[in-house]
Amino acid sequence: MGNDIRALGIDVGSTTVKVVGVDAEGSLAWHIVKPTDPRVEDQVSRLLARARAECDLSDGVPVVATGYGRGLVQQATRKVTEITCHARGIFRELGHGGTLVDIGGQDSKVIGVTAKGEVRDFAMNDKCAAGTGRFLENTAQRLRVPLDEMGGVAQNAAIRQMLADEMSADVILPRHPQLMGAYGAALINTTHS
Amino acid sequence: MLSGKTPVGRLPKPDLLLASTNICQTVLYWYRVLAHHFGAPLIVIDTPFVYTETSAHAVEYVQRQIEESIPIAEQAAGQRLDESKLKEVTRQSKRATELWLEVMERGRHRPAPISVFDQFTLMAPIVEMRGESFTVDFYAALLSEIDERIAEGVGAVSDEKKRVLWDNLPIWYRLKYLADLFAERGVALVASTYTNAWAELAPMIDAERPIESAARTYLHPLLNRGAGYKLATMQRMIADFQIDGAILHSDRSCKPYSMGQMDQRDRLMRDLDVPALLLEADHADPRAFAEEQVANRLHAFIEMLGV
Repeated sequence: MGNDIRALGIDVGSTTVKVVGVDAEGSLAWHIVKPTDPRVEDQVSRLLARARAECDLSDGVPVVATGYGRGLVQQATRKVTEITCHARGIFRELGHGGTLVDIGGQDSKVIGVTAKGEVRDFAMNDKCAAGTGRFLENTAQRLRVPLDEMGGVAQNAAIRQMLADEMSADVILPRHPQLMGAYGAALINTTHS
Repeated sequence: MLSGKTPVGRLPKPDLLLASTNICQTVLYWYRVLAHHFGAPLIVIDTPFVYTETSAHAVEYVQRQIEESIPIAEQAAGQRLDESKLKEVTRQSKRATELWLEVMERGRHRPAPISVFDQFTLMAPIVEMRGESFTVDFYAALLSEIDERIAEGVGAVSDEKKRVLWDNLPIWYRLKYLADLFAERGVALVASTYTNAWAELAPMIDAERPIESAARTYLHPLLNRGAGYKLATMQRMIADFQIDGAILHSDRSCKPYSMGQMDQRDRLMRDLDVPALLLEADHADPRAFAEEQVANRLHAFIEMLGV
């Protein structure tokens, strides 16, 4: 930790805010995840201040914002959609392309990633939030099972099994699925993207 | 139009309404409502769908319907049809339509001197006043202004980075919002199947046979033809206008235009390797337009183009 963080990525989603710091090698070196606060601007300021303090950031470290709330990140040096950022993050993490399924807090996206890591195509659902993170969160609450125990979307074994059965394909799970958007955002301005 | 709160004021009371089935399904409902509201007679011309080619009897069928509507129109107008005036109006229509086609063909230039958003507003005379001599003058003047822009290298978008094709009707109530969204990122919408549809039939218009050529023209609008024709039109435009990506507006209020778009999108991507986006919205109903969702898809699409 410390001086090594070269860029920050912040993913302001509908349900959680994720901040990721990458080091000179483009590795995920620092992160934080918090439930999205209704006062997003204040929350972003607090989280970025915390990142600055914990990582001892130098001035001029780029902050790239993504997620539905990216427009509210006044500190952002750049704003990029979560489609591009997820593709960037997952490609760096896995080292290959494929079909990326991102089931977010309140919507789902399927992104075709080329062998070079570029977005080839994407599809998103329109209105319904069934099967998304919010749905699992509510279900866990009703069942009085801690969310960590049941597993949020990608961490949920049943969802992975269902996807694998439905698509007759292997489902690959990155180490930090929830952070891939923020990770990709942090990588946007580095040579590691 | 009924409230009068429009730039062109209130719709005057019509003596006669005429609509054709070659168009967005909503138009027929609108005309039924207008007929009811004004107590005006309504003629509906049935134009059979053209899957691949038109049969002679389909042309004859439409021609006969137009001919049968003439006495009704004469009664509403209180005067007989003037054959020579009809030929003159047809001649003016053809000339105006040819000029409109030329205006849009200028979009081939880099940077494009005129954008599809400009076309959406500049198309009003070709839709509403096609047979008038001042419409011909208007498009002739527009064409020379566009040629001046080309000569001076002025683009519709100040820093044109990518060129995009638009399919289907505009999202009328958000034109400026969308125009700004693209322009800010250096993306120029340079061609559209919709504005082109008001021009491409110019060669079919024949002033010597005004009614037969009207029948033929009414049968051939893009959205009265098979999905394969629209695909071929988009493929041609992608080559002619050096298109980097295509946006297919899936328009709930124009189902005949939107049918087949999923397959057309897949074919553009697979055969031509052109990124294509299907955008869910509506040309008339703002309730079907979700701004954040539309913005997110458009931003992601523009990023995908490499901007």
